[in-house]
Amino acid sequence: MRAKQAVNDFVVKFANVNGTGSASANSLFAKSIFRMGIPVSPRNIFPSNIQGLPTWYEVRVSHKGYLGRRGGVDLMVCVNPQSMERDVKDVEPGGYFLYDSTKPIDPRLVRDDINYLGLPLTEICLREYTDARQRLLFKNMIYVGALSALLEIEFQVLKDLISDQFKGKEKLVSPNIHALELGHHYAMKHFECPLGIRVKRGGDIAPHMSGVDHILMDGNTATGLGAVYGGATVMAWYPITPSTSVAEAFERYCTRMRIDPGTGQKNYAVVQAEDELSAIGMVIGAAWNGARSFTATSGPGLSLMGEFLGLAYFAEIPTVLVDVQRAGPSTGMPTRTQQSDILAAAYASHGDTKHVLLFPATPAECFSLTVNAFDLAERLQTPVIMLTDLELGMNDCMSPPLEFDDAYRFDRGKVLDGEALDKLQSRFGRYLDVDGDGITYRTLPGAHPTKGAFTTRGTSRDDYAIYTEDGDAYVRNMDRLLLKFETAKRYVPAPKIKPAAQPTRIGTLFFGTTASPAYEALEILEEEGYAIDALRLRAFPFTREVEQFIDEHDTIFVIEQNRDGQMRRLLLNESNCATREKLVSVVNYDGLPITARHIAGHIRSRLGGANVTDIAQKRSSSGRTMA
Amino acid sequence: MTYQRPNFRHPDAPTNPLGYTRRDYEGSISTLCAGCGHDSISAAIIEACFGLPLEPHRIAKLSGIGCSSKTPAYFLGRSHGFNSVHGRMPSVATGASLANNELVYIGVSGDGDSASIGMGQFAHVVRRNLNMTYIVENNGCYGLTKGQDSATADRGSKSKKGASNPYEAIDLASLAIQLGATFVARSFSGDRHQLVPLIQAALSHKGFALLDVMSPCVTFNNHTGSTKSYVHVRDHIDPAPVDFVPIRDEIKASYEAGTTFEVRMHDGSVVRLHKDSGQEYDIEDPQAALRAIAEHEQAGRTLTGLLYIDKDAPDLHKVLGTSPRPLNSMQEKDLCPGSKMLDSINAGLR
Repeated sequence: MRAKQAVNDFVVKFANVNGTGSASANSLFAKSIFRMGIPVSPRNIFPSNIQGLPTWYEVRVSHKGYLGRRGGVDLMVCVNPQSMERDVKDVEPGGYFLYDSTKPIDPRLVRDDINYLGLPLTEICLREYTDARQRLLFKNMIYVGALSALLEIEFQVLKDLISDQFKGKEKLVSPNIHALELGHHYAMKHFECPLGIRVKRGGDIAPHMSGVDHILMDGNTATGLGAVYGGATVMAWYPITPSTSVAEAFERYCTRMRIDPGTGQKNYAVVQAEDELSAIGMVIGAAWNGARSFTATSGPGLSLMGEFLGLAYFAEIPTVLVDVQRAGPSTGMPTRTQQSDILAAAYASHGDTKHVLLFPATPAECFSLTVNAFDLAERLQTPVIMLTDLELGMNDCMSPPLEFDDAYRFDRGKVLDGEALDKLQSRFGRYLDVDGDGITYRTLPGAHPTKGAFTTRGTSRDDYAIYTEDGDAYVRNMDRLLLKFETAKRYVPAPKIKPAAQPTRIGTLFFGTTASPAYEALEILEEEGYAIDALRLRAFPFTREVEQFIDEHDTIFVIEQNRDGQMRRLLLNESNCATREKLVSVVNYDGLPITARHIAGHIRSRLGGANVTDIAQKRSSSGRTMA
Repeated sequence: MTYQRPNFRHPDAPTNPLGYTRRDYEGSISTLCAGCGHDSISAAIIEACFGLPLEPHRIAKLSGIGCSSKTPAYFLGRSHGFNSVHGRMPSVATGASLANNELVYIGVSGDGDSASIGMGQFAHVVRRNLNMTYIVENNGCYGLTKGQDSATADRGSKSKKGASNPYEAIDLASLAIQLGATFVARSFSGDRHQLVPLIQAALSHKGFALLDVMSPCVTFNNHTGSTKSYVHVRDHIDPAPVDFVPIRDEIKASYEAGTTFEVRMHDGSVVRLHKDSGQEYDIEDPQAALRAIAEHEQAGRTLTGLLYIDKDAPDLHKVLGTSPRPLNSMQEKDLCPGSKMLDSINAGLR
């Protein structure tokens, strides 16, 4: 039988039982490859459960630097008998199946087109350890040790990682290294090492990934850190997967960097609220009072926050909300990824509302766009919702390093302080559009003894914040809010456009975690002769560049991870150039990250094998756009 | 509609020690029904703030939705107000307080806003001991939607149409004590002699102060058979008189020994209670307070006055350990750890 041969280009999947400590061992495995300078993208595929259910960890190694999920498995490390039947099926022909051979494998699970590697994990643990907990935990380290031999991972790199990980707890270093050695020795003695698939330092790495400085970080941690750098002082939240770690990261970094060393006093406040209604209420209250504040939530929380978002929109209060999306609707699949809150976020609340949205694609961008979100919210005096997802938020992603310019100053927007109010000659009008950009001046409570006080309200009001039911005043105000949304286009981040090698009337549009697999798909298609431009969207409202891109293409594949093509619908609603004929949906919504194979397959079948030249000719001869 | 008051100021109007006249504490003209209990409460808030005195612009007033929640427009026109969403004022007040601990926060809510839609937020703001004065203008009905029973309507109380309320009433005062409130008082909108000093005491309390104020709805709940009508409330309350002595005033009035009980607040002001109305329990003992409330209720009476106080409990800021400097005053240098720190974080992620 042929065994798969590949250097720095394969997928390893670990099948574990959750709650057995496998996560840190699996992460060690991924990080060791990363430390060898080889592009790697690990992802957790886990249940909504604490202990006892199947959980998977998938690691893609790609010398070309493809970080999206590939699909298929070349080496399955199966430590969970519960899922073995299914795990065997997932291995691609020529691939490998490593299993705990303490008990013989069920003959029905033996395929003749894959290679079996029996590692007696339980037996080794029973022999080496007496303590039940050690037997459980070191099992994970033993298989990582075996993999280091099978895949030629540099053992010193693993040892260094262990030393880093247990800095301050040196007692734990040598037992862990010993466990790694147990696995390594067993593999060297019993298997032909290395396998056909293996890693190699410096081996044919894509130029943009080799020698370039990268970090390995999850998006939620980057987001929490971004909020620290963005000057957030109040964070209120309610625990919900997969956004919880944003709040936890913010608090963790604050305890390191926001406590006055002299007094022990905190330059921040974190409240775990009783629910999401309260969390967003606290954020709005703090923002109304001039503090940068934010919350992080996921789909069900966003639904609950709708009413308050309407208030913040209408009363014009800077509000930052991070929505780490998961598979909905309702409770949906809480531990699976999707991009399915686009419309709910864009139009959250009853009445006519529109909200500014941001779509980061990497941890570095989670960091920088979070900082940006606070500036946008205060500049525009409106909610800003940053949409990430479980895939980006909870998985370690290779990313350019986080960047921060020390010259950065908060953009607090149009705020009249006591001094400015003192100088003000005319009557202060909270909702009076002095500058003609739809953005009016606000004052903060307590700023001035006699000037600038007003009542913030969710009811209709005139330019001076006085309650009114006058239809004209209401319409003027609603129209000004629309003008403000137009103004927002000047401030939100522009899209990233990547033109094809040759001119084309075919484009793709995507955002967030769809980006990596989309770029990969475009490279696959390019090799097949398709020339396709790419636009990575970073914000809503849609800027001039987005309109131009849509205008300049006849067919645009809108790639996203939800059933209904929500971004396509938003484009149809909000872009002047988008038409139903132009925008073609490419969607995936099974809860696993979309793959390049899926995207390329869809586009290929849609284009019907016709290459770009054919399509361009067809268009010019018939004068019709491709539907 | 909101009607603005004319700008007229009487030249001889008395001023408080801060130099403000009473007019400086007023708001726009009320649009509530003539005779509404809520207007009396607004007047009491004005009187209390003028008398303490507080600087009007250093007060923030917050409310939810309903007749009660409209009232912040009718007092303290120089203060910022926030008329938020139904039942969610506590969370907005929490965020506001976290952002700036130097302002005085007055929340105004109603029985629907607090005991029904806002029950969750009410319970949790009590637990957190947020430093604010929380006034429930309690009329046992939904006024703004024309008189439906609320969750504080007494069982058996009759609606205007004659229907008897079949459900048990929620007593926010007892509930607040159970939830760990640190200042709980009950009063009646028609008794300003008791209400004004109670509001002043509440404003001086460093922590969560609940004032459950019976405030009859003249339009929908002031008929015979209602237990929240002016007549019924007047006939069934046992008012415990309260004096409030601000910090700077020496205690002048003398009382017969053993008839008063004084609570010295942290700011140095004094709340004096009179023991001549059945309030003879230790008001710092929550169980005793709950018993007294229940005993009066069983006798068909309503105990009013300062019902319970724990003046030493740490408020939310103290619990969280936040800086005494308002968070909203902090700048980049206080908040941004800088690029060097980020470089070291990056280094740890390689």
